[in-house]
Amino acid sequence: MATPARCLSMTASGRSKSAASLAFNLSWVTPPLLWQLLFFLVPLGFLVAVTFWSVRSFRLTPDFVLANWSHILTAGFFRSAYVYTFALAALTAVLASVVAFPAAYTMAFKVGPGSRRFLIFLLVVPFFTSYPVRIYSWQVVFSPFGIVNKLLGLMSLGPLNLLNTPWVTIVGYLTLALPLVILLQTFALANVDRTLVEAAKNLGCSPLRAVITVLIPAARVGLIVAAAFAFVLAFGDYISPLLLGGSKPPTLSVLLADQVKSGNHWPRAAVIAVVMVLTLMTILLIMLGVAYGQGRRRTS
Amino acid sequence: MTPAARKWLLRAYTAALFAFVFAPLVTIAVFSFNSDRFPSLPWAGFSLDWYRAVFADATIARGLANSVCVAAATAIISTFLGFCAAYVDYRFRFTGKTAFMALMTLPPTIPVVILGLAMLTFEGRIGLTGTLSGVTAGHVVLSSPFALALVRLRLADLDPNLEAASWNLGAGRWSTMRDVIVPFCFPAIVAALFLTAAISFDEFMIAWFVSGLNETLPVRLLAMLQGQVSPRINAVGTMVFAVSIALVVLAQLVIGRRLRVRTAKIGR
Repeated sequence: MATPARCLSMTASGRSKSAASLAFNLSWVTPPLLWQLLFFLVPLGFLVAVTFWSVRSFRLTPDFVLANWSHILTAGFFRSAYVYTFALAALTAVLASVVAFPAAYTMAFKVGPGSRRFLIFLLVVPFFTSYPVRIYSWQVVFSPFGIVNKLLGLMSLGPLNLLNTPWVTIVGYLTLALPLVILLQTFALANVDRTLVEAAKNLGCSPLRAVITVLIPAARVGLIVAAAFAFVLAFGDYISPLLLGGSKPPTLSVLLADQVKSGNHWPRAAVIAVVMVLTLMTILLIMLGVAYGQGRRRTS
Repeated sequence: MTPAARKWLLRAYTAALFAFVFAPLVTIAVFSFNSDRFPSLPWAGFSLDWYRAVFADATIARGLANSVCVAAATAIISTFLGFCAAYVDYRFRFTGKTAFMALMTLPPTIPVVILGLAMLTFEGRIGLTGTLSGVTAGHVVLSSPFALALVRLRLADLDPNLEAASWNLGAGRWSTMRDVIVPFCFPAIVAALFLTAAISFDEFMIAWFVSGLNETLPVRLLAMLQGQVSPRINAVGTMVFAVSIALVVLAQLVIGRRLRVRTAKIGR
């Protein structure tokens, strides 16, 4: 039987123990929370605030004006850049998904576990390897005196003007997105229950039909996430449109950088940035909604 | 088409796609040893001249020194923060945890051009622009989610009861952390150090906006890329490739055993 005094001492020690464990818990939550708040959330919030500020004699001045928004949103160059960027990014997402799929299918089903491990290992490398230099490499390859035109010359074709076209810009976007898309698709396909595909084949499905009617719907979430990442990467990329597309026509990222470089027009650049973030968030929400929404309907 | 033919066709396609992905790396490396000024065919002969020119360039040396400083600081800070966040996700349940984890993992989905602009405007107000600390602050935001992911994957294999058992046996919270959690996560921590260093070493956009006169190597490179074609770019590019590939390969080798188990599992 516990005496009141003993109860008191127990709760006291319990309280000090819980205070100690609270201190322990907080010491893991606080550092990453503070850092991401201070150097991620606050700068992004500040960026939104800056869209209402003005620039006086080349200095950023706190203010509340709508001029930056109206200047950018009504500008013809902004609208055409928006449409161009969106179209290129969407095309990249579709192309990357289609081009990557046979390779992801091969890696998931048609190679041994050792080879799969090695191929995954290989694909991780370019994702973290100096992207501007890789794009510069394409610039050299596609230039008027580059390898492609030399080869065309041997076949007495060309020379073709390949640089500064949307097509070469998309080659750059694919360089950026393909490793990630192949990896995500491979994981998505490998996680599909293979007895489903076998069952479809046993019931007389051709291999192609089994892929289209069974495998792709089953791996849908991962495939859509992969396409979404390709869109995000292409939509925000600055290097390919600069080095391969020649900034003509400019994409939103090129416009943004131009506003900063020429005349320190940070508030206008901030407007472009906020519009880009809003677009990306909307696209991601829609794509995830499609991915998971269809799944619910299917299982019910 | 027979199944065997189909299989080989698919493998050939995959090989071609890998060739496309790796073509830019190989091209730059090959031309960095070409004695001709312009990188094209035919091959003009082997030469190390461009490497000599690079080593004689003081701006590149300064950029490299800056990059190494920033990468080292970024690796240590972001691995620590990533470890903290991974442990929080593994151990605790609390209101607002979803928001906390979203804040920890979202930065890589924001285009770097926007992160760069946000860092530039914000750090301009607090006097961090033009400093290497300012660049590091941005790089940590970008790379700590990758450290988080590596450590969290490792923690997924640690039985949560192990920690509780250690507490019941009288070990304190801190000594359990020191003697159980950290040793178990050690391979992931080392891998995270390498990977975050690679991310920082290659990051050009935040650094381009923020670094000002304290150019890092990728910013110097970007300036060179926008200038005239210079064969020195091939040599610098090849060295940058070599450093980042080495870091990423090391990171993968350290957690390799784990990766093997996982991929074997999905292969079944």
